[in-house]
Amino acid sequence: MMLIPCPWCGPRPECEFEYGADATVQRPEDPSSVTDDEWTEYLYFRDNPKGWHKELWFHRTGCHHWFVTERHTVTHEIAAAYPPSDPPLPAAVTDEEGPE
Amino acid sequence: MKSATPRQVGRTAAGGTGIDREQPLSFTFNQYRLEGYAGDTVASALLANGVRLVGRSFKYHRPRGVFGIGSEEPNALLHIGDGARRTPNVRATVQELYPELVATSQHHWPSLEFDLGAAIGLFGGLFPAGFYYKTFIASPERWLRYEKYIRRMAGLGDPPPEADPEHYAHRHAHCDVLISGAGPAGLAAALAAGRAGARVILVDENPEAGGHLLLAPQQIDGQPAAFWAAAATAELQSLPNVRVMTRTTLAGVYEHGLFTLVEKITDHLAEPEAHLPRQRFWTVRAKDAVFAQGAIERPIAFANNDRPGVMLLSAIRGYLARYGVLAGRTAVLFANNDSVYPAARELAAAGLRIEAVVDSRPYTTEASAQARADKLRVMNGHAVVGARGMRGIRAAEVALINAAGDVKGIDHILACDLIGVSGGWNPAVHLHAQSRGGLAYREDLAAFVPQSAGGPYRNAGACAGVYDLAGCLRQGFAAGAAAARALGVDQAHEPPAPPVQADPTGPLHALWAVEAPKGAKRFVDFQNDVTTRDIALAHRENYASVEHLKRYTTLGMGTDQGKTSNVVGLARLAARRGEPIPAVGTTTYRPPYTPFTMNAMAGGRHGEIGRPVRRTAVHDWHAANGAVWTDAAGWARPMYYVTDGQSAQERINEEVLAVRQAAGLIDVSTLGKLDIQGPDAAKLLDRVYINNWSNLAVGRGRYGVMLREDGRIFDDGVTMRLGEQHFHMTTTTNHSSKVYEFLEYLLQVVWPDLRVFVTPVTEQWFAAAISGPNARALLADLAPDLDVSNEGFPMMAVRETVIAGIPARIFRISFSGELAYEINVDADFGLGIWNTILAAGVARDLKVYGTEAMGILRIEKGHFTHAEADGRITPDDLGLAGMVSAKKDCIGKRSLSLPGLTAPGRLQLVGVMAREGESIPVGAQIAADGNLDSPQESLGHVTSHGYSATLGRHIGLALVRDGREAIGRSLYAISPVQGQKASVDVVAPCFYDPEGHRQRG
Repeated sequence: MMLIPCPWCGPRPECEFEYGADATVQRPEDPSSVTDDEWTEYLYFRDNPKGWHKELWFHRTGCHHWFVTERHTVTHEIAAAYPPSDPPLPAAVTDEEGPE
Repeated sequence: MKSATPRQVGRTAAGGTGIDREQPLSFTFNQYRLEGYAGDTVASALLANGVRLVGRSFKYHRPRGVFGIGSEEPNALLHIGDGARRTPNVRATVQELYPELVATSQHHWPSLEFDLGAAIGLFGGLFPAGFYYKTFIASPERWLRYEKYIRRMAGLGDPPPEADPEHYAHRHAHCDVLISGAGPAGLAAALAAGRAGARVILVDENPEAGGHLLLAPQQIDGQPAAFWAAAATAELQSLPNVRVMTRTTLAGVYEHGLFTLVEKITDHLAEPEAHLPRQRFWTVRAKDAVFAQGAIERPIAFANNDRPGVMLLSAIRGYLARYGVLAGRTAVLFANNDSVYPAARELAAAGLRIEAVVDSRPYTTEASAQARADKLRVMNGHAVVGARGMRGIRAAEVALINAAGDVKGIDHILACDLIGVSGGWNPAVHLHAQSRGGLAYREDLAAFVPQSAGGPYRNAGACAGVYDLAGCLRQGFAAGAAAARALGVDQAHEPPAPPVQADPTGPLHALWAVEAPKGAKRFVDFQNDVTTRDIALAHRENYASVEHLKRYTTLGMGTDQGKTSNVVGLARLAARRGEPIPAVGTTTYRPPYTPFTMNAMAGGRHGEIGRPVRRTAVHDWHAANGAVWTDAAGWARPMYYVTDGQSAQERINEEVLAVRQAAGLIDVSTLGKLDIQGPDAAKLLDRVYINNWSNLAVGRGRYGVMLREDGRIFDDGVTMRLGEQHFHMTTTTNHSSKVYEFLEYLLQVVWPDLRVFVTPVTEQWFAAAISGPNARALLADLAPDLDVSNEGFPMMAVRETVIAGIPARIFRISFSGELAYEINVDADFGLGIWNTILAAGVARDLKVYGTEAMGILRIEKGHFTHAEADGRITPDDLGLAGMVSAKKDCIGKRSLSLPGLTAPGRLQLVGVMAREGESIPVGAQIAADGNLDSPQESLGHVTSHGYSATLGRHIGLALVRDGREAIGRSLYAISPVQGQKASVDVVAPCFYDPEGHRQRG
């Protein structure tokens, strides 16, 4: 069970959270102007990295905030956690695979 | 009950560091009443009494005896206790003896001594690995016929006949350093870290700390090693920053420093105090860990090496040192390493006749030369190739063996009743591997050891492949000090290691198995009866990866998880593959380290505590008035209310008719309620519902449907506009949390620019609906100042008023299809308003109704629930395409035009009516052919159904392919599994008042 660092509450056990979504996926601004393929890509296609993953968590039995974590899918190391509209400066994680 | 051996023939006159000869006690094993001492395990006591046959093996029902001395034991699995407290598959080697303990052997019929199941051994050739698949794949129905016999033959112990009466506890802890194993390395690490001031938790699965020091008489600092262990333990227990936990297993290693422990509290007590939990399950967050669980001895496979009387060498030695027990009278000791020589010396001194030491190494060592000088018969360059005797060993067959492991005929048959075997040691790398640490293979040990710096935690002692006692102490001190330093706890330094006098550690010559005459079984995994032939077969059939070998043969899949067999097995596979052992590798190590009862993991979370019941404000009233409960998202909801003598169906019919003909009252508090406020509140609703909301007038409500982004229906409900910037949304009971989380996701992540607050208020409001032709009159009685006329309080309007002094919000909405009002009050006043409504309702023939009647009413109206909108269903499938606004985007709107969601052949909502007198089977499929035996395609399925008192027949809603075109057809609702069917007419999905006059009037 991971310890997830909620940006508001600090590190809390994983059971307090609900996993939400892949944070690298953006909802198209104007869905009516995208092709069926583009829309299906948005709905279903996800990278499944063996390495760093940006994802959204909901602090379900806590502050009810959504936030982004950068987690390594093999070691579960969490390198960063921040509010969705407040991404960190580019230098935070540069490696595409392998723990720091 | 006959009594066997009246005295303990295997007990020495004195000695045994673990037993208290001043405390004799009695226990029973099967029909025997036997004696032992406090401090014994069941295994040591059985051996002391000369009991050699303790069980029958899993597949072949071969006679088996005690093999080891600890949790690695594969054979001696017994039932301990009886009745509800009976625990199956308990290792006799770890079960502490207490007065009047009841132990019974497992898995034999009619008796342990004479087991008909052993006949299977005669046909052993027919039951190799993979036999189930090969035998039954061609005709699976044969499996159904023979399954019950096979299940009776296989398996181990019997579960207890009643629910577990014990209670279990959960505890949580934090520490700086968690140390597993209180042998020399673990104690040393704990001393170093504890003295430095680190918070230490030291755990050991045994009742006393000391580990291997208790099993072999070595010396530390001039005294018996056991004394050193006791002194170290005492010092640790005196330190306030150290917790010593014995009888505690480190079960699993997880991420972010999480470890689980299972602590046994009463399993060793005859009469535990009632307040004690039987076991405690701990979750520990530790900053660092030292793994010091030691190493597990491994055997060498030879013909019939599973007979009672074949034991691990270190176990024989340990039974003497710890329990004062000699496991036999005459022994042959067989090893490929030096540990056999101190063992032989100790055993001979205690009175065991050593017929021979069979040393398979092609060279002599100092230890073997010394033993020969001490007049021990040492046979270098020989191997035990077979054991004779079935229910107990009679003799060992010995042959010459060369450096390559080739054997030449049998040249000695040595009479003996005990064979001790040692093929070397495997460091217990399980926890290191669970923490994703890497393993390296050491040729000199012929074993896998933790790679140094290969994982996040530290390994020390035999666990790390260090087998000499001095080395264990040194490594332990170093690991503990390093852990403390890394935490910045102190200027931690390593205590100097005391001088030791310990066993020799000469070279080991790898030997996994010796050849056997054709037909003789050489066992690798005793618990699952896996032989060397099974491994060869698996390889021949191309199950050549170690993970395939495991699953195909079940090697290492028993309750012992292959502790004494995995490495032997993979070495044999490597030999077959002609590759070095590291190329084969090990299988994945998974928690728990040893099995433990699920109840420990549950702790107190079972029954009502495990699944807390959510109660509405009038729960007690329901209970007192005959409510029969169902569960909806954890809420207790009444299905119907029983009164004397009525059947459930009779009562449900009454409730349905009451609503249709007079008035009904139902508690609908469980449905989700969300308070939505802000300048952009209407905009949010436009974006999440398929229909329009910005144009909804204040004081009015509207039915809304929400989609998932893939266009499938997510949830639905009526939402009322209480103000320009204020809405009250309702959701289904089951999805209230999900809808709230989704709205928060949209507001925080997708549209952070929207200015809206959403607050869940499901529990804050009590809601009850009054429905039926008398509902208006009843409302007038309750709120005389309210204009309840159809013009004054139209359909879908909101009114606020006061009823019996209680402020109330009233929504004129209807799920039943009758004239209806939903009365919402502060939950604290729920019971008050309920009683007020009931009192006023007497004059209006008001009847309380539950979810079953509500279900019938809404099916009659064709109102869907998640039974219909099951996650695959779009608005058009339910005939709601017209509800989707063309003028705006919403979540899921884009998906509705995807080809898959507009293709013909989709399931569409229809109604089904059974013929009079017929009933629709539960879980029915819709089919064109009423013949239950003929294979055919399903045209769809019934989603909800029941007996409609309104219509006098069974009706249902169904999803049928191209259902709207099927309206008017006669089909069948069939359940081949239950052998039931009904003829049904497919109709439009609304059976009652399709124009909605009754609810709008």
